[in-house]
Amino acid sequence: MSKNNLLGWFFVFPAVILIVAFLIYPTIRTIQLSFDKGLGFKPTEYVGFDNYVNLFTRDRFFFDISQFPPHGAVFNTVVWLVLFTVGTVGIGLVVAVLANSVRYEVLIKTIIFIPMAISFTAAGIIWRFVYSPDVNTGILNAILIGLFPSADPIPWLGRIDIVNVALIVAGIWIWTGFCMVILSAALKGLPQEIMEAAQVDGANSWQTFWKITIPMLMPTIAVITTTMVINVLKAFDLVYIMTAGGPRGASRIIGFTMYWETFQNGKPGYGSAVAVIMLLLMLPFVIVNIRRFRNQEQS
Amino acid sequence: MAAIVTPTQQVIPPRKRRKIAVSRWLVHVTLFVLAVIWLTPSVGLLITSFRPREAIASSGWWTAFTPARFTFENYALVLNAQGMGDSFLNSFKITLPSTFFPLFFASIAAYALAWVQFRGRNVLQLVILALLVIPIQITLVPVLQFFNQFKLTGTYLGIWIAHTAYGMPFAIYLLTNFFSSLPREILESAKIDGANHWVIFSRIVIPLSVPALASLGIFQFMWVWNDLLVALIFMSDPASQPVTVRIQALLGTYATEWHIMSAAAFISMSIPLMVFFALQRYFVAGLTAGAVKT
Repeated sequence: MSKNNLLGWFFVFPAVILIVAFLIYPTIRTIQLSFDKGLGFKPTEYVGFDNYVNLFTRDRFFFDISQFPPHGAVFNTVVWLVLFTVGTVGIGLVVAVLANSVRYEVLIKTIIFIPMAISFTAAGIIWRFVYSPDVNTGILNAILIGLFPSADPIPWLGRIDIVNVALIVAGIWIWTGFCMVILSAALKGLPQEIMEAAQVDGANSWQTFWKITIPMLMPTIAVITTTMVINVLKAFDLVYIMTAGGPRGASRIIGFTMYWETFQNGKPGYGSAVAVIMLLLMLPFVIVNIRRFRNQEQS
Repeated sequence: MAAIVTPTQQVIPPRKRRKIAVSRWLVHVTLFVLAVIWLTPSVGLLITSFRPREAIASSGWWTAFTPARFTFENYALVLNAQGMGDSFLNSFKITLPSTFFPLFFASIAAYALAWVQFRGRNVLQLVILALLVIPIQITLVPVLQFFNQFKLTGTYLGIWIAHTAYGMPFAIYLLTNFFSSLPREILESAKIDGANHWVIFSRIVIPLSVPALASLGIFQFMWVWNDLLVALIFMSDPASQPVTVRIQALLGTYATEWHIMSAAAFISMSIPLMVFFALQRYFVAGLTAGAVKT
């Protein structure tokens, strides 16, 4: 028994060292920094809850309820959570179901999946190009002017009221393929007899889809919805590349704010408080993961 | 939905059959529209990357074929004068070791977690599960301070270690799942034949796990190659920065110079796209392993 203990720990030793040094200890340290000014990336001046209080009362780029609808990174993240998740899972489901019935299934799925292979940086450049206000560059504005010659080109990423939706569309373009692949695999795993039985009983394909396919896919939909929510809570690259949080801070989200406050504004303590908020938002998913693992162990 | 009901097809009344034809047509149209929406952004930028600068400024890429005027100059310019060539090599220098080391350390750890009964194993597994969803943002500041202290910031060694550590939870999770699904009898009989754990690991488990290791390796390769955040913080020096950071720097000066930005973007995408088309099956398997429970 003790031989196994020694051997087991010998095998996991390098991994444990890395995990403790780069994940666990820094997490504790960041929590500590969030109660500090953190200048020079280390604790310098303890400030209690000041960072948190300032985030929620004084920082209109983070949390602003003085106007309606509310503004700031927190609310932008909420908009992302809703639109991005519905968009990726919804379109992913549509493609998975429709592609299942055509001969060019592999082709269409490959086309939708390609954006998953490239970096968010490259995807960000691609979408800056699509959104370009120059009608000789941006295809969206070219179409707009083509249809309504008297209209003015729209600076999609330069308008406070549009920028978030514009970024979310780019996000959906990237992640839909991921949802589609998983939903498509789940769809093919469904027992065919049930569908056929329903059709024999006179159900049309619309009814079969809503009454049978969707309920049976529900566990998979739940898993990918969770994955998409986690993606939004961690997201950084796309916003950084496409708008750098602008115009006038209108497209900041939480994951971006952490980077910006820490490394651009030189306020590591303040940025750490944002990181701790990210961590707290993740905690429910940690619990879900652990519970799922416990259930697996038992079965 | 499609052709499964051949025997009953004669029974379907003509009106219903027309309805089915219409809905089939709708399916094709919907998929076609989605395909166009998904392809247009990348195709537009790809075409632009081969157009001369004056042409880009004076007409849309959708008119590029009348008359067709294409050039490789943008790529030459970006690779040489704009430093994308060096960054491209830097990306390899960062990515290859950052793929190998996590695979190595994670596989020995996963072997122990799957097949060695040692005290603390369950706790370790729970910690790894918890860490799967932790955002790396929470670790960046202390790690940077640590790196500054040990002069690791901006060094390849530093970013290799960082990526190895950050890749660890997912790699261990995926491999532990795979290793524990291997048939117990094979490992038991090797043990009876006198093989020790190291032999079982290196001669039996690893060869049997090539598909899982390939999926994980490709996933990690793509993740590191495409990473911006970690490199932005630890590899910001122009001499050693990878393609993602270089593009971000170019954006600061040439945001609307599309002959530069388009070629730079496609240089950065060339390797991931090649890997994707050559090894699609493994890539998809690695990417989806975290979401689909086994």
